[in-house]
Amino acid sequence: MTTTDTARVVHGPKRPGTPALEARGLTKHFPVHGGLRRGRVVRAVEDVSLALPEGTVTAVVGESGSGKSTLSRLLTRLIAPTAGELLLDGEPVGGSARARRAYAGQVHLVLQDPFSSLNAVHSIRYHLRRPLKLHHGLRGPELDARAAQLLERVSLTPAERYLDKFPHELSGGQRQRVAIARGLAVQPRVLLADEPVSMLDVSIRLGVLNLLDELRERERLAILYVTHDIASARYLADTVVVMYAGQVVESGPAVQVTDAPAHPYTQLLLSAAPDPRRREPVVLRGRGAPPSLIDPPSGCRFHPRCPLAMPVCAETAPPVRPAAGDQVAACWLLDPERAPGTTPA
Amino acid sequence: MTGAPVLEVRDLCVDYGVGKGGVRAVTDATLTLRRGEVLGLAGESGSGKSTLAYAVTRLLRAPGVITGGEVRFHGPDGVLDLLEADAATLRRIRWDQISVVFQSAMHALNPVARIDAQLTDALRAHRAQLGAAERRERAVELLRLVGIGEERLRSYPHELSGGMRQRVMIAMALALEPRVVIMDEPTTALDVVTQREILDELMQLKDRLGFAIVFITHDLSLLIELADTIAIMYAGRIVELADAQRLFHSPRHPYTLGLLNSFPALHGERVRMEGIPGAPPALTALPAGCAFHPRCPFALERCAHDVPRLAEPAEPAGPDGAPADRSAACWLHTGGEHVPAPLARVLGSTL
Ligand SMILES: Nc1ncnc2c1ncn2[C@@H]1O[C@H](COP(=O)(O)OP(=O)(O)OP(=O)(O)O)[C@@H](O)[C@H]1O
Ligand SMILES: Nc1ncnc2c1ncn2[C@@H]1O[C@H](COP(=O)(O)OP(=O)(O)O)[C@@H](O)[C@H]1O
Ligand code: SF4
Ligand code: SF4
Ligand SMILES: [Mg+2]
Ligand SMILES: [Mg+2]
Repeated sequence: MTTTDTARVVHGPKRPGTPALEARGLTKHFPVHGGLRRGRVVRAVEDVSLALPEGTVTAVVGESGSGKSTLSRLLTRLIAPTAGELLLDGEPVGGSARARRAYAGQVHLVLQDPFSSLNAVHSIRYHLRRPLKLHHGLRGPELDARAAQLLERVSLTPAERYLDKFPHELSGGQRQRVAIARGLAVQPRVLLADEPVSMLDVSIRLGVLNLLDELRERERLAILYVTHDIASARYLADTVVVMYAGQVVESGPAVQVTDAPAHPYTQLLLSAAPDPRRREPVVLRGRGAPPSLIDPPSGCRFHPRCPLAMPVCAETAPPVRPAAGDQVAACWLLDPERAPGTTPA
Repeated sequence: MTGAPVLEVRDLCVDYGVGKGGVRAVTDATLTLRRGEVLGLAGESGSGKSTLAYAVTRLLRAPGVITGGEVRFHGPDGVLDLLEADAATLRRIRWDQISVVFQSAMHALNPVARIDAQLTDALRAHRAQLGAAERRERAVELLRLVGIGEERLRSYPHELSGGMRQRVMIAMALALEPRVVIMDEPTTALDVVTQREILDELMQLKDRLGFAIVFITHDLSLLIELADTIAIMYAGRIVELADAQRLFHSPRHPYTLGLLNSFPALHGERVRMEGIPGAPPALTALPAGCAFHPRCPFALERCAHDVPRLAEPAEPAGPDGAPADRSAACWLHTGGEHVPAPLARVLGSTL
């Protein structure tokens, strides 16, 4: 008899030692204001456990509204979770103002829009000196030396060319680099990047992705890369985590998940993604759109769209099961007793 | 593509503003769209794709001005120069013969009118002979074509998802069975699954109804799957024009090569890619010569002062002896220069 797994599955790259940041059972229900639905909630993120070891990139992919941004906002503590906890270097994070400041110094969020994240009336020098003053108490000439160093770390060289520029004088990619440099000023251990390249021109996106790759290697940062572009996730990440309707449905090594997706939703996403090398016409397995998160489907939230759904899928949420190696998925097809002889294509 | 031409654009130039404050947004654009063809227009933000589309359909708004060129539309009553056409002719042709799905289509629907009213109003304006019942029947039929059920007819735009609104826009564009549909980033704001569903439907409709499509997007990897022919724009100029598969497997322009190297692959070994150094130029500060030269890894000395023209590359004819039937605006391909290997691939050798 199969029991619904009670042991918590933690998604993310598997590395020895304590992860830089760990989330246990993170859940966020937003209250619905007004109208007939007053008193109900939007189940934006449901029971997500994630470990981000240093020197790794974890990509979170999924369609719009799947909860990716809510997850990254929870991880920065911009919003409070409905349930679940965060551990920084294995220590539960406290709620005091002091603990919050310390946390903000360790976990930095890079936003999608490099235009709005910088202040138009201040120079790049000002943007970089501020966190150096506030966090490190630096003064005088040392400030400028460190600001220049930060620009070099994000490949804006020679730094003197950029220090006195204003945000509007830089390209989108350069602005995103400045935003990342400012984040590095506080010497974080964890960088959360929510769609950091989706507003940038195509030709300069790779530059920013490669920068994240270098920061992982050189500075041993633990990086969370949120994107709807599964090809870029495959390019950059160690681990890919797939979200659907607020839940993690699959995770595992990036190449493995994209080459041999175990969950029908991951298969659907991959079959729909643009691919110039595609030979055959696309056959979409699972049309339609993600469900409302106010009243999500019972059982497996993907079941109304799933071409392989079985009776059990509408009744009971599937447990997370190993697929191959470090790859796991929440699907009844992976349960030997529920789906004998059936394997996802 | 061998079909008869339906839209021919020759040496089109478009400026924003006049005199000292003016900038040229499209320079010498030359393109031919054939019946039933999907012509893709790709390039980065600001490269002039939308400006080109608006100029061709004479929908360009001030301060935009067409400063030169010719746009020949092959309609049911013969060939017409759209740049010379008067307002009445344009009104008659637009929508009926050439329709446009705008970049901000999600917001192009009237928010206070129901979907059925928006469709039937369009039919009333252009098909006066249809009765109310016929119009309604046609509206139902059109929505069904794009995969929207009859139960949605009485909805307001805000009651529909982004993907459904986009479908309604496509239904409106096809309502009068035009010869040419111009689509400006029609699915960019949508998720991949919805995007794929809509594009599948669009391609089936095209095969059935026979219209030609100009498809504008910055997503070159999508375009290669979708388009027959692709034009790549950079800083207001078409820099390469070729059959989609050729463009993908054997690019000739260094910018095309750079763009192709900016899209990570969905399969195969992971290799580091570099994109393109630098950033696209502002129109107010276009580099002299080839506008791409500050970012070009293969730039020659003359690239900094001579503007290359779009022309057939000087290269040995293909194995079948056929002419290249493609063009690029790059000094590397005008003969006598050493062509770097990635820009000299022959289609077939890489397949
Ligand atoms: N402040 C809020 N109040 C109510 N609902 C919210 C709030 N923020 C997010 N949501 C809802 O939570 C769900 C997940 O939203 P989220 O922004 O995390 O999705 P996403 O995956 O980041 O989507 P996108 O790719 O469009 O940014 C959505 O249904 C959204 O409408
Ligand atoms: N109303 C306008 N006034 C001045 N410049 C404009 C205007 N509209 C567009 N442009 C400029 O024209 C260029 C091409 O714009 P557009 O055709 O919209 O590019 P794309 O659609 O490829 O993103 C850009 O540099 C843009 O800034
Ligand atoms: S659990 Fe059932 S419905 Fe859900 S993805 Fe697996 S087969 Fe499909
Ligand atoms: S003309 Fe010169 S600078 Fe321009 S793309 Fe060709 S080689 Fe590069
Ligand atoms: Mg988001
Ligand atoms: Mg545009």
